[in-house]
Amino acid sequence: MPEPFLSIDNLAVAFPSRGGKKRDLTRVVDGVSLTLAKGETVGVVGESGSGKSMTALSALRLVPEPGRVVQGTIRLGDTDLLALPEKAMRSVRGGRIAMIFQDPMTSLNPVFTVGEQIAEAVRVHRGIQSRADAFDEAVAALKQVHITLPERRARQYPFELSGGMRQRVMIAMALSCRPEILLADEPTTALDVTVQAQILALMGELRRETGMGVLLITHDLGVVAETCDRVVVLYAGQVMETTDARTLFAKPAHPYTQGLLASLPESAPEGATRLPFIAGHPPANAQAVTGCPFRTRCPKVVPGLCEKPLPTITLAPGHVVRCHLYGEGSPSPPERSRAGAPDRRESPVQPGGTA
Amino acid sequence: MPLLTVEDLKIHFPIGHGQVVRAVDGVSLTVEKGETLGLVGESGCGKSTTGRGILRLLPATSGRVHFDGADVLALSGEEMRRLRRRMQMVFQDPFASLSPRLTIGQIVAEPLEIHGIGSGKAEREKRVGELLESVGLPALVARRYPHEFSGGQRQRIGIARALALDPAFIVLDEPVSALDISVRAQVVNLLADLQAERGIAYLFVGHDLSLIRHAAHRIAVMYLGRIVEIAPSHELYENPRHPYTRSLLEAVPVPDPTRRRERAPLEGDPPSPVNLPSGCRFRTRCAFAQEICARKDPPLLPVENGAPGHVSACHFANTLPMWTAPHAAASVTALAEEVMAEEGLTESTPPGK
Ligand SMILES: Nc1ncnc2c1ncn2[C@@H]1O[C@H](COP(=O)(O)OP(=O)(O)OP(=O)(O)O)[C@@H](O)[C@H]1O
Ligand SMILES: Nc1ncnc2c1ncn2[C@@H]1O[C@H](COP(=O)(O)OP(=O)(O)OP(=O)(O)O)[C@@H](O)[C@H]1O
Ligand code: SF4
Ligand SMILES: [Mg+2]
Ligand SMILES: [Mg+2]
Repeated sequence: MPEPFLSIDNLAVAFPSRGGKKRDLTRVVDGVSLTLAKGETVGVVGESGSGKSMTALSALRLVPEPGRVVQGTIRLGDTDLLALPEKAMRSVRGGRIAMIFQDPMTSLNPVFTVGEQIAEAVRVHRGIQSRADAFDEAVAALKQVHITLPERRARQYPFELSGGMRQRVMIAMALSCRPEILLADEPTTALDVTVQAQILALMGELRRETGMGVLLITHDLGVVAETCDRVVVLYAGQVMETTDARTLFAKPAHPYTQGLLASLPESAPEGATRLPFIAGHPPANAQAVTGCPFRTRCPKVVPGLCEKPLPTITLAPGHVVRCHLYGEGSPSPPERSRAGAPDRRESPVQPGGTA
Repeated sequence: MPLLTVEDLKIHFPIGHGQVVRAVDGVSLTVEKGETLGLVGESGCGKSTTGRGILRLLPATSGRVHFDGADVLALSGEEMRRLRRRMQMVFQDPFASLSPRLTIGQIVAEPLEIHGIGSGKAEREKRVGELLESVGLPALVARRYPHEFSGGQRQRIGIARALALDPAFIVLDEPVSALDISVRAQVVNLLADLQAERGIAYLFVGHDLSLIRHAAHRIAVMYLGRIVEIAPSHELYENPRHPYTRSLLEAVPVPDPTRRRERAPLEGDPPSPVNLPSGCRFRTRCAFAQEICARKDPPLLPVENGAPGHVSACHFANTLPMWTAPHAAASVTALAEEVMAEEGLTESTPPGK
């Protein structure tokens, strides 16, 4: 495996509990570890509220108040990011590590044109002094994300652009500083599929040319399949499964991962108007659930076993799952291809068949 | 007669120097009672503007909108206010569209108050409780604030609010884009249930073609301010007759890492909506363009050997090469069936029941 460049180890992020005593904390990220090598794309998937954004924000030390990192380390090369003085951290942000935030509307400033905002980022992080040069860089960045008439668009305000254009402005801003690491939080959700394909191709090019590492947070498993080398599956603030992208789709091991794949609209039969979904809700407070946080919804739950602390099982090199079904206490230690899904690479693909 | 008929709708934004952005430039479509019409197309092509124009949340430059016998663009302010009860909108962004200072109860009750429905507080509270329950949320949540809810729950609150006045038609502007797959499926199921119960019609704007296939009865494809193709959902995927529709379908990422694409299927950028190309608007990026495409603007016409209601605006709609659908991973379907059948992992009962 390539050498990790960004490594997050045993991270926990907590917020004060609602209605609780002042010192009660709820962990929304709880013991997350993941690594990202140069030139690698790692996908982060998981339910809404599972802690994907908080994990990424932690690496920039931008967890919103009153939340904070309460445990763990985050290293970028040899630098301990959590120990860095705030001033040094400021140059890491948007410089060595850039982030595409989840909601472009709230992260763009409504009173400046989009060109001014990108130019400002370029001046700060690339040391380009001249305003005119920085503006030219901004226009070039907009062109790179396939915005037509970039000179004109650069002079417009965020409200004058469509949702997808604003998202591309955010991407242009992040990429204009040539970061070593890109944290992309749902970068293409507001984009149609053709622009999405162009942006993903662009991110792929940059990654090959500059060795940029990408942490890609997304709900779109199609995007994961198309771009990611490895994938981390989060549930209720914890990593449930880590594996390479092929294995994720071919042999998902964790019951949550399996449910996620089964909820794809592609999985629904032709003509179905009702789509499959994972029944139930994630626990409001995962720490109140002992053992596996998914056990309240898991169809394979083993009472008496799944309340115990989760084991971490390595199924194959690079394929790690946290589930009792694969542990020692499992009543019928499943063969991998049974407990996991059937090996789907074996199934015949019919040309033209979308049934 | 259709519930909604839009004819040659144009919405232009002046941007100074005598120039205009032709955001919506001659859109015609119909929506039947109880029907879902999907609206898809490239980012910036005018989908949201079309939706807002139909509801008169933006002034139309020209064109006609007929809703249940009423000439919408000609109505007086007072008449429009009355009609608005029957036409609602759910906005693109569940994070920005709910006022953070109001409780969920106040948000859902607002349209009732504006339209003076329900005599007194108690009656309105009861109605709000019913509305919340109809979207699968406990009535108790009325006392809480938007930030306490996840994206999917907020989107349901937006839908409850849109339902408050018992509308006949709702514009859903990317109602599920921000949600995770499982919650997305639940919201789509909820919309289908409400449609079955109340006969509501939807204009469903979205990007997720694999989802819209299930959510819509018919789909309209938009490019640069115009509709370029309309067909029943199944037909659009099996027999697309416009080159742009084909590019869209080819661009859908397939959840199968063994079949990666190297190149984006549609290269280049859309022309500017300020200076449109002559003839067909898609010709600058079209692989099938011929000399006639630069000269003549192709009208939206029924296709030969297509399903009823299948129309396309391409000079070569009837002579395009055979289409083979980029097969959704057949294995995904196999897995889903197996997992669902064996494990009962997923279920299809309505949320909240
Ligand atoms: N200001 C806050 N106060 C209390 N809890 C918060 C706050 N902000 C976020 N949380 C909680 O932290 C958890 C993790 O949030 P996060 O934004 O990381 O989720 P996510 O996985 O990115 O979800 P999504 O897919 O919806 O973006 C959520 O359960 C959320 O409710
Ligand atoms: N207030 C405005 N002033 C000027 N131009 C505008 C305004 N609102 C929208 N536009 C332009 O109209 C065009 C269509 O925008 P619209 O928001 O309808 O696109 P959309 O199809 O909904 O895109 P998306 O999928 O990205 O949301 C875009 O070129 C946009 O820049
Ligand atoms: S009319 Fe011509 S340019 Fe337009 S889509 Fe058809 S072939 Fe392409
Ligand atoms: Mg998030
Ligand atoms: Mg829009």
